Amino acid sequence: MKAEEYSERRLELEGWPVNVTSWRLGETWHAKADNVSPGAALARISAATKEEAETKAIARARELLSRTRRQTV
Amino acid sequence: MYNVDMAAYAHPEVLVTTQWVADHSADPNVRVVEIDVDTKAYDEGHVPGAIAWAWTTQLSDTLTRDILSKEQFERLANEAGVSNSTTLVLYGDNNNWFAAWAFWQAKIYGHQDVRLMDGGRKKWLAEGRELSTDVPAIRPASGYKASAPDLSLRALLPQVQDAQRHHTAALVDVRSPQEFSGEILAPPGLPETCQRGGHIPLARSIPWNKAANQDGTFKSLDELRQLYGGEGVDGSKPVIAYCRIGERSSHTWFVLKYLLGYANVRNYDGSWTEWGNLVGAPVERGAAAAAGQG
Repeated sequence: MKAEEYSERRLELEGWPVNVTSWRLGETWHAKADNVSPGAALARISAATKEEAETKAIARARELLSRTRRQTV
Repeated sequence: MYNVDMAAYAHPEVLVTTQWVADHSADPNVRVVEIDVDTKAYDEGHVPGAIAWAWTTQLSDTLTRDILSKEQFERLANEAGVSNSTTLVLYGDNNNWFAAWAFWQAKIYGHQDVRLMDGGRKKWLAEGRELSTDVPAIRPASGYKASAPDLSLRALLPQVQDAQRHHTAALVDVRSPQEFSGEILAPPGLPETCQRGGHIPLARSIPWNKAANQDGTFKSLDELRQLYGGEGVDGSKPVIAYCRIGERSSHTWFVLKYLLGYANVRNYDGSWTEWGNLVGAPVERGAAAAAGQG
């Protein structure tokens, strides 16, 4: 099998840029949300549809990003 | 699509293309290994025939905070069916962060032929290449002999302190600008692992991802020379790269050592998780100064 329908898009969650990547392998959709800088994966979700995988990955990323504290420099 | 002339790098033999891996992953003398931040990525699908190494349990000592010992590295290689003459091809997610970490350890223990797949897992997926969810059965080897650790590739705390106090090496902070300034104590969304934010005084801020193209491949030799040389990191003096836990700085270490060919480059794997927790260690806060002003 091959990775198909690979896509990336950028959005902002809780004030942070997030990159959402999704692709399909056979019948399964995989989505990953990363924090762009430095690009660490925040969530990886597999689901039956692209929408479900991305929605869950975004929800998890939002939850983690909401905990990030900004210090006064 | 980036058309980088890989042959121009100082050591082009340590880098292979995704096409090379597609053509050679089944060769008997080639072992392809995926190393991810999150091992779940491998389970979603990987290069056919590739095995996985988990950085937290297989590439780190699980008791002491340390890299593998010589004996542990030999065991890892043997379990992976790797001999001293195997071509070890490493790749992973996040633009090869932990693949570069594994590469660094393989070089510390003297593995001759180890290479990174340029662009890593991201490029393989984006190109719509073949994936497998099968874990290959590996026949273990038994005779792997690692060299004594080459500690010229690694910076431990005393060397970093010496570099900071006496300017004996250029310190390169490869974290994000917000981590460098102290605005955040860890990358957004990740656990904080330090008591203080900021950077080591005199360090230059050159985020690791400036060395990578959008597709995950490394930038060209000229672009890399400009990037690091423009910050005064030109190979004329020793370099120590650091990040938070040493994996992003492995990526930069690889660039400086093997793509630019700087002779003396060390990875400080203690990184900010060590420095930012030290009692009494000097810390600087604020954004990076322009080159030449720091």
